[in-house]
Amino acid sequence: MKVNHYIEEKILEVELTEEIDHHSSEKIRTRIDYEIQRFMPKKVIIDLAKVKFMDSAGIGLIIGRYKVALAYGGTLEVRNVSGKLKKILEMSGIHKIINIKTVA
Amino acid sequence: MKDLKNEMKLEFLSKSANEAFARIAVAAFASQLDPTIEEIADIKTSVSEAVTNCIIHAYPDTEGLVKIHSKLYQNEIEIEISDTGEGIPDVEEAREPLYTTKGNLERSGMGFTIMENFMDSLKVESIVGLGTKVTMSKKIRKD
Repeated sequence: MKVNHYIEEKILEVELTEEIDHHSSEKIRTRIDYEIQRFMPKKVIIDLAKVKFMDSAGIGLIIGRYKVALAYGGTLEVRNVSGKLKKILEMSGIHKIINIKTVA
Repeated sequence: MKDLKNEMKLEFLSKSANEAFARIAVAAFASQLDPTIEEIADIKTSVSEAVTNCIIHAYPDTEGLVKIHSKLYQNEIEIEISDTGEGIPDVEEAREPLYTTKGNLERSGMGFTIMENFMDSLKVESIVGLGTKVTMSKKIRKD
């Protein structure tokens, strides 16, 4: 997991890697929430380009971060969502409330 | 009668670190049927959901055993995932999309929906106090 801050634009970018499941999501959640609370970004970007596996824990993780970003006055965008991950996210309907950008 | 090609059993403690172990082990076993990458991903995701359910719901405050029993047929895999935990009072309700009793843990309630969509069949049997058994199957390279 890599965290980038763009100070001027107040953007927090989080590049997730490897696998998102119930086991790994707790650590990811704690880290992102810490960064949001510290930095209060206008926009949080979660980049899934390097994620090799994701189950429904990813849905909970994204909805949860959406709520935290909103509570701190920001928005959330999910970027580089590949076919497999897209299928899971769309099944939950979260693409109706969260800006999900698929892989071009 | 379906022609049984291979069979395996796996037992492990309900620790969240075993979620990855379980899905990778089943995927490796399934690879004997020469599935597509897509089919392997569907199997991994479904196993991950079922095992996570055991860890979170069957044994919420304790650790117990999760059992996997898988069979390979000519062009089909059958996977049975069971526990001897708390059981589900209302299976039909639990299978509803977005239904969760663990919203505080940021669970999405999509586990059974994903299993249903990614596998060809899903059966859930549960007795409160005795445990739950999830049986799912998927045709491999059906076309």
